[in-house]
Amino acid sequence: MSNGIPLLEIRDLWVKLPDEEEPILRGVNLTLDAGEVHALMGPNGSGKSTLAKVLAGHEGYEVIRGEVRFRGEDLLEMEPDERARAGLFLAFQYPMEVPGVTIANFLRLAYQRRFNREVKYTEFYRILLEHLKKLEMDASFASRAVNEGFSGGEKKRFEIVQMSLLEPGLAILDETDSGLDIDALKVVANGVNSMRSPDRAFLVITHYQRILNYITPDYVHVMVDGRIVRSGGPELALQLEAQGYDWVRSELAGVVQEG
Amino acid sequence: MAKPEVLGIGEDYLHKYGFYDAIQPVFQTGHGLSRRVVEAISYEKNEPKWMREFRLRAYEIFLSKPMPSWGPDLSGLNFDEIVYYIKPTDRKGRSWDEVPEEIKRTFDRLGIPEWERKFLAGVGAQYDSEVIYHRLREDLEKQGVIFVDTDTAVQKYPDLVREYFGTVIPPHDNKFAALNSAVWSGGSFVYVPAGVHVEIPLQAYFRINAKNAGQFERTLIIAEEGAFVHYVEGCTAPVYAEEALHSAVVEIIVKRGARVRYTTIQNWSKDVYNLVTKRSVVYGDAVMEWVDGNIGSRVTMKYPSVYLLEPGARGEVLSVAFAGDGQHQDTGGKAIHAAPYTSSRITSKSISKGTGRASYRGLVQVLEGAHHSKCNVECDALLLDENARTDTYPYIEVNEQQVTIGHEARVSKVSEEQLFYLQSRGLKKDEALTLIVSGFIEPLAKQLPMEYAVELNRLIELEMEGSVG
Repeated sequence: MSNGIPLLEIRDLWVKLPDEEEPILRGVNLTLDAGEVHALMGPNGSGKSTLAKVLAGHEGYEVIRGEVRFRGEDLLEMEPDERARAGLFLAFQYPMEVPGVTIANFLRLAYQRRFNREVKYTEFYRILLEHLKKLEMDASFASRAVNEGFSGGEKKRFEIVQMSLLEPGLAILDETDSGLDIDALKVVANGVNSMRSPDRAFLVITHYQRILNYITPDYVHVMVDGRIVRSGGPELALQLEAQGYDWVRSELAGVVQEG
Repeated sequence: MAKPEVLGIGEDYLHKYGFYDAIQPVFQTGHGLSRRVVEAISYEKNEPKWMREFRLRAYEIFLSKPMPSWGPDLSGLNFDEIVYYIKPTDRKGRSWDEVPEEIKRTFDRLGIPEWERKFLAGVGAQYDSEVIYHRLREDLEKQGVIFVDTDTAVQKYPDLVREYFGTVIPPHDNKFAALNSAVWSGGSFVYVPAGVHVEIPLQAYFRINAKNAGQFERTLIIAEEGAFVHYVEGCTAPVYAEEALHSAVVEIIVKRGARVRYTTIQNWSKDVYNLVTKRSVVYGDAVMEWVDGNIGSRVTMKYPSVYLLEPGARGEVLSVAFAGDGQHQDTGGKAIHAAPYTSSRITSKSISKGTGRASYRGLVQVLEGAHHSKCNVECDALLLDENARTDTYPYIEVNEQQVTIGHEARVSKVSEEQLFYLQSRGLKKDEALTLIVSGFIEPLAKQLPMEYAVELNRLIELEMEGSVG
């Protein structure tokens, strides 16, 4: 909010796959200010993950219309690595395995790019261990290959390790809660909560309300069929949990009928 | 100031051996092969009669053998255009200024020390004064280890050489083994007495009176019972070839309970045909390990082999090939199980980029009587883009019951999702690609002595430059 420019501003964003007609996102509008936590909820196939990937710069999608500004800059013009260096972070729903590449080597490179300074291996190792510890991951992970042979929970936790290390201005968590048991969920939520700060925002994408018991959002948005159809406070998530997505759909149908 | 005298090819020869006028034309033109060229090489080296006869026999075999009817396209290879022998004295006449800029730049970027660069580029080769080198030499001598270039070995240790030379790879093995047998020059001769463990890797450029890594070097390694040696050949920097053909022969004898590891990382300039025969015979409970990295060249054909002759013998071949634009790397390994209870493992990793083509070609043979043999073959190919190509030609012949043979082949493409993942952490696309490739060859890199692993990685980085448009 510092200078009146929102951290992230999405305006009328329309997105489709290159070889398909039907858009997946149909006019998304969303504004996030620094210091805020937004939850984006919605049924499967509503376009939540597509939005996350488009924001991170995935090349597999075609933006038909609309604009996205990150700290006032045209985000859609930037390469994925430029976005990361500018402080955007995506915790992947399905983190990729990179055989033969150790976490320490990979993240040292990432760290150097993000903060634009060289860091000695020994110094970096110390930094990395702190972040692993914070997410209750064993130090031995540092020398393991990226995501190779990790359990689902370890992969998700490792995403948060990376987020913690790279100190993004905007962190997008794409269904980080899915597949986590309750203990792992708490560890991840603690990691996120410890990073909440006035100059950082989170977009927590989730199908279920559960994670929001541990990460209290400032705003909750509901996406259906590629559009945000409802926005509100934390109570909206509870309402959804109680009444299900059909409730939003039926309301939506009502709106359409009225219109 | 007097200008340093630069000798032309064959001039010194004529001066010294003027009576042998008959071969003058050959040395003047310097191209092509004939009986006289073979004789001249032998005379020039002042070789014993048996070696001269060996060469001449091999020459006849070379003529009689057809070109390989399989494998990569060798039609660009013209035997008449090749200079088969350049005397070391003449080679010293080459100055640093004559080394192509491209090669010098690469040396710079690899951070290779000056003296080593000159060696690699074939400029001079006198490192006898190096302190480390001296110490190494004395230690080895105390233990009875012989480590000299093969020409010197023929002169100084004729009985030892004669006993083993050409026994593992006879000239009639294939056309290029015959060619090498006829015109060979340089290479290493290593003899490790029984029970002696050579603690540090023997490296070709520490070799006594090191001659240039020639086009037709001949290496012979003998590990007596219970001995251990790790021989590291060549260079991760581009080998500046004088000719378009490199055809080496490497023979290794691993006696009972001994262990030999032979590591090569070679990076030939892009126009070279690299056709090498490497083979080892492995006796009871002995271990032979080939670690073979191939970068560069136009065509490489190389299949390091292990012949497991007695029970308990074990052989391993680990090969990595990087085929860049326009290159064909045809590599792999051979394991011949000729005794029961023998085991082998062949691991091949290849990377193809642009129009590059990497082929795995392997032979596993279990002979009659070699029961309880075990063999595992694993080939892994990584394609960096759409045009890149990879093939596998695994031949397996089993003539015995009760054997265990495993074969696995995988082809993977660098996926957009993987690249995106790494990029989303701030890595540029080419950095991300290089990281994926270095991860892919990591199983080889970790087998290498540290400095080679580092150089291999840097080389791969250089190869990867410009991969991303």
